[in-house]
Amino acid sequence: MVKIQEYSSIVGQSIIDDLVLLAARLKGKTIQCVNSTAVGGGVAEILNRMIPLLNELGIVTKWDLIKGGEQFFNVTKKFHNALHGRPESIVQKDFEIFLENSQRNIEEINIYGDIVFIHDPQPIALIKKKRDNKWIWRCHIDVSSPNQKVWNFLKDFIINYDAAVFSAPSFSQVLPIRQFLISPSIDPLSDKNKELPQAAVDTVLKKYNINNDKPIITQISRFDRLKDPIGVIDAYKQVKKYIDCQLVLAGGTAIDDPEGIKVLEEVQDKAKQDKDIHILLLPQNDIEVNALQRASTVIVQKSIKEGFGLTVAEALWKAKPVVATNTGGIPLQIKHKHSGLLCHSVEGAAFAIKQLLNSPEYAKRLGENGKEHIRNNFLITRHLRDYMLLFLSMYHQEDIVYF
Amino acid sequence: MSELIKAKEPFKFYTRLHLSELTGQRASSLTQLLKLIQNVPGSSIYHHTHRFLQQHQYLSPEPPNDFAYWVSEILGEDELGEKLASIDTVQFSSIRSLREVIIAKIQDYLKDNPLSKLKFSQKEEEFYFIKSISFVLPTDYIAHDLEEFANILEKITMDSIYYHIFESRLRLEKKTNDFSNWVETSIGDKNLADKIAQLDPYTHTLENLRKTLIKIIGKSI
Repeated sequence: MVKIQEYSSIVGQSIIDDLVLLAARLKGKTIQCVNSTAVGGGVAEILNRMIPLLNELGIVTKWDLIKGGEQFFNVTKKFHNALHGRPESIVQKDFEIFLENSQRNIEEINIYGDIVFIHDPQPIALIKKKRDNKWIWRCHIDVSSPNQKVWNFLKDFIINYDAAVFSAPSFSQVLPIRQFLISPSIDPLSDKNKELPQAAVDTVLKKYNINNDKPIITQISRFDRLKDPIGVIDAYKQVKKYIDCQLVLAGGTAIDDPEGIKVLEEVQDKAKQDKDIHILLLPQNDIEVNALQRASTVIVQKSIKEGFGLTVAEALWKAKPVVATNTGGIPLQIKHKHSGLLCHSVEGAAFAIKQLLNSPEYAKRLGENGKEHIRNNFLITRHLRDYMLLFLSMYHQEDIVYF
Repeated sequence: MSELIKAKEPFKFYTRLHLSELTGQRASSLTQLLKLIQNVPGSSIYHHTHRFLQQHQYLSPEPPNDFAYWVSEILGEDELGEKLASIDTVQFSSIRSLREVIIAKIQDYLKDNPLSKLKFSQKEEEFYFIKSISFVLPTDYIAHDLEEFANILEKITMDSIYYHIFESRLRLEKKTNDFSNWVETSIGDKNLADKIAQLDPYTHTLENLRKTLIKIIGKSI
């Protein structure tokens, strides 16, 4: 288990001292986190890493799960897609299933937190158990253009919370409660982001038959249309006319996702006949993702839609120059021409990649700036600080709070 | 070497941590931006004139505020962007007066360039108004003389330097920054206090500001 002190060599001792100062102000409070899954997905990943650190800092933080069957989770998956703005057929029965399952959880779950921290829509109805404690709804979804039917249904629950938290300014909605902006984070000491010896990087390249003899352009993403892997290949082909390079498209397995398999097949079809395109269907292997990112010359994230896009933060943390679309949380991570290059199209991505490959000094500067930006704003220590400030703000309404 | 002067009152370092609160207000044109700048809370004006400096502390001094950046980069109004970027923030001792000058610059520009009212940003590039909620906490660091003061400056967070230099002066409407005030009133070194007060913190990166302060104080010890 990583200890809070281990982060001091990365962010400085004074940042750790501030976390200790803040934690002291929350002494005696119990934080109860609730979501729907203990493993898999970004929410579980961040809770798994943050909760031990909060406890180490002296804030009693516990984690409870709601229960739900296949029907319930099918409905919440539909809600998830609809909130992201994707077309979904939502019928009255879906709402009934959601409410029936929620009622069972309301009856079964023990609420004991001074602050109850609810993550995402699945447990949102637990707010009916609110008494004189504080309740926060943490939305991890891009709700900038939500399906109104689903949003209005959820809104009836949200307005009873003390506050809501969103990951990007464009996700905020008109609500009668306080809304806070807290970006997600990466953990610099996790397998995905820790320093790796060159030998470990070389081993992974060798395993996947990637030669380090020409520049490597990489996108790490699920094989999902919203990540636009076909667009990345088109951009690579435009670059390839002028610069001999190779492309790595690496993503998690999606065997149970029919659309994912279809997209993968399309990508493989598009990539055939070009031995410099490497399509890697990676199992959950954080070390290999880390190695591929470190071996890359330029990292691309050409998403059409992004919840936040933490792969950008992962790449920048490795001081890599990044080309990414101006969507979701990506512009928070990249300030165009300062800490990376933003694009809006295949042509724009290709042009930016060429610029970086032809100007290694410029690319290096963007990568270095990007790393500092991530150090200051997107590491888990900042996330811990923001959560503690959020908890404190439940007891203070003013704009400047003195202790 | 002359003996160090003991301060009449020790300097107690505070740190200031901020949380961003979303206001739900957004602008897609210069006219909307102006209207909202006139009405949002002072903590929002403070956020948008200081956030960049802190979040991009390795890039600062440019661009110094969100309004200038958005007007130039999103609306393409470079001339107004330059005017907003060059507002001499250090000259203002209140958010109120800073807000007034931003409003005046936009109003003057719109009067001279009425076609600018017709420009709109794309939806995903709208200007979202955010406000800073500040939490001010005492740290364990206390300086009794200039040597201790300089040593602590090397160790404390940017947030602490930021609080004593920027926030205490502008947002809390003190006449000068906390460091100058202490050096003058508790150490009695007006010359050094003036030197610190004369620094334009908006044209330094925060790390550079730390080094400059340590250097100036070091010469006086």
